[in-house]
Amino acid sequence: MSEAPMIEVRDLNKTYRAGDIDVHALQGANLEIAKGEFVSIAGASGSGKSTLFNILGALTPPTSGTVKIDGKDLAGLSNSERTLLRRNTVGFVFQKYNLLPTLSAEDNIRIVQYIGHRATAFDPEFREVLNILGIADRMQHKPRALSGGQQQRVAIARAIVNGPAILLADEPTGNLDSQNSTAVLNLLSDLNRRLGQTILMITHDQEAASYASRAIHMRDGRIV
Amino acid sequence: MINKLVLANLGHRPVRTILSVLAIAVEVTMILTLVGVSYGTLDGTARRARGVGADIMIRPPGSSILGLSTAPMTEALVGLVARQPHVAIATGTVIQPLSGFDSITGLDLDPFSKMSGGFHFLQGGPFQTDQDMIADEYYAREKQLHVGDKLQMIAHGWRVAGVFESGKLARICVRLPVLQELTGNPHHLSQIYVKADSPDHIQELLSGLRQKLPGYPIYTMEEFTSLLSINSVGLLRNFIGVVIGVAVIVGFIVVFMAMYTAVLERTREIGILKAVGASSSFILSLLFRETLLLSILGTVTGILLTYVTQWLMQHAAPASLTQETVYSWWPIAGDIAIAGALLGAIVPGIKAARQEATEALSYE
Ligand SMILES: Nc1ncnc2c1ncn2[C@@H]1O[C@H](COP(=O)(O)OP(=O)(O)OP(=O)(O)O)[C@@H](O)[C@H]1O
Ligand SMILES: [Mg+2]
Repeated sequence: MSEAPMIEVRDLNKTYRAGDIDVHALQGANLEIAKGEFVSIAGASGSGKSTLFNILGALTPPTSGTVKIDGKDLAGLSNSERTLLRRNTVGFVFQKYNLLPTLSAEDNIRIVQYIGHRATAFDPEFREVLNILGIADRMQHKPRALSGGQQQRVAIARAIVNGPAILLADEPTGNLDSQNSTAVLNLLSDLNRRLGQTILMITHDQEAASYASRAIHMRDGRIV
Repeated sequence: MINKLVLANLGHRPVRTILSVLAIAVEVTMILTLVGVSYGTLDGTARRARGVGADIMIRPPGSSILGLSTAPMTEALVGLVARQPHVAIATGTVIQPLSGFDSITGLDLDPFSKMSGGFHFLQGGPFQTDQDMIADEYYAREKQLHVGDKLQMIAHGWRVAGVFESGKLARICVRLPVLQELTGNPHHLSQIYVKADSPDHIQELLSGLRQKLPGYPIYTMEEFTSLLSINSVGLLRNFIGVVIGVAVIVGFIVVFMAMYTAVLERTREIGILKAVGASSSFILSLLFRETLLLSILGTVTGILLTYVTQWLMQHAAPASLTQETVYSWWPIAGDIAIAGALLGAIVPGIKAARQEATEALSYE
């Protein structure tokens, strides 16, 4: 491939201090993802998958090592450039959904459009996405009134509404039945194929991983 | 959209929101009530001063305009003043402050009545003996006095001889020599009222008196009443300043607390917003809008509350305190409340804006 990779991770370390002990969440991780790839990431609990995502999404800084997104070194970015990256380039589906509890499902999505300076209205295409996800009739509910799986699908809709170049999906089917899982996975494949979005998806599920074009594994803070 | 989030956040903690609004409302009411009472009381005084019917007022040397001090002016001056050209009537009174805003006036009924056009009695009549007193309708109503009632004031037993229609400066009147004796100032006066023989001669009379009595504050009643404005009364102005200061501090603390706890409690939400690309200024603007809305609601509630205090004042103490609605102070009090609130939101706002995105998300 002649093109620069969309994501380039070199010798990445992340150490959390939990009280007196250091937790080495990432220990020398290396990774290259080309533009338009759909990659699944598997690994034991605690192997550092979510930590890697947080760093890729510029949510938390690494302890050492470099991360380049679309050729730009994250360490060299200012605060507001990092804000722009989160706003325009990366879409995040959190393992724990992280919806705003005071807003309805619809407004949780709209506020992301608003922050991204997009029109805060759903076009027919996006309405179709909500239908596929099976949450179109749950839009007026607050997160509290939604099941875990419904919240997860609202979180997915929120992550893709602004059409980010990179989608980081942390166990997006973790709480879904097989029918909804299939719908979500088909949606992600479609986004990947049709819009060329680069997708990283953490999953423990073999079936889900088979939708990706490449599978990588993590163990003890490294990619193996 | 951002406003929707603001409303959702305020609605999420209704008790905190209501308490914050109420605290800001109390702050606004405090300012407006004080200003209203100041204006009302001074206006009432001015109205009653005009009711005396005098054109010129002479105060003892060194006295302040509202000072209800003792009686350091000798009675002999009345005769001297009366002999000046263009003087129709001159009469002196003694004013003795009582508790609170009340005071008792000693006066010579005959010349005072001639000057003011006479008391209009609603009940009873003028005093006949040294033990008699007369009171205006508001004082009588507040203290529930009726003709024939007995009461103690300045260590003396009095009998209510009459209740008169308000508007003659004094609220409670007794015979001049009696009050002079009781206050230990025989033959001394607190002020002398002078009526000119014609309105055309007031200025001439004024300059004549000023020449004759150097060092004595001498005003036309016009001047006296116009001096009775908030800005001319230094003490009141300072007092209002202090109350405004206290109000601002109260507003500041309340909003600081409310916003600080809101920021702490919303660590996660703020983290989410940052994770989806919200800038620090977005977070700040969110908090400031919330604060602004709280202070606007608080101001409106505060203004409504002043009507309650006004009603209370009218029914609980009609004689001593009158509260006016001073519309020009509404925006001032509102601005003060908003300024205090926004100040209170600064520190929590900076804390929120600085917060790292995932620090908050891994909060559990
Ligand atoms: N904020 C934090 N503070 C301290 N330690 C943390 C923090 N976040 C993660 N860790 C630790 O870092 C290690 C890796 O965590 P991470 O969440 O990346 O694992 P994961 O691979 O996503 O696991 P799972 O499959 O259970 O989601 C774990 O040992 C975890 O306890
Ligand atoms: Mg994880």
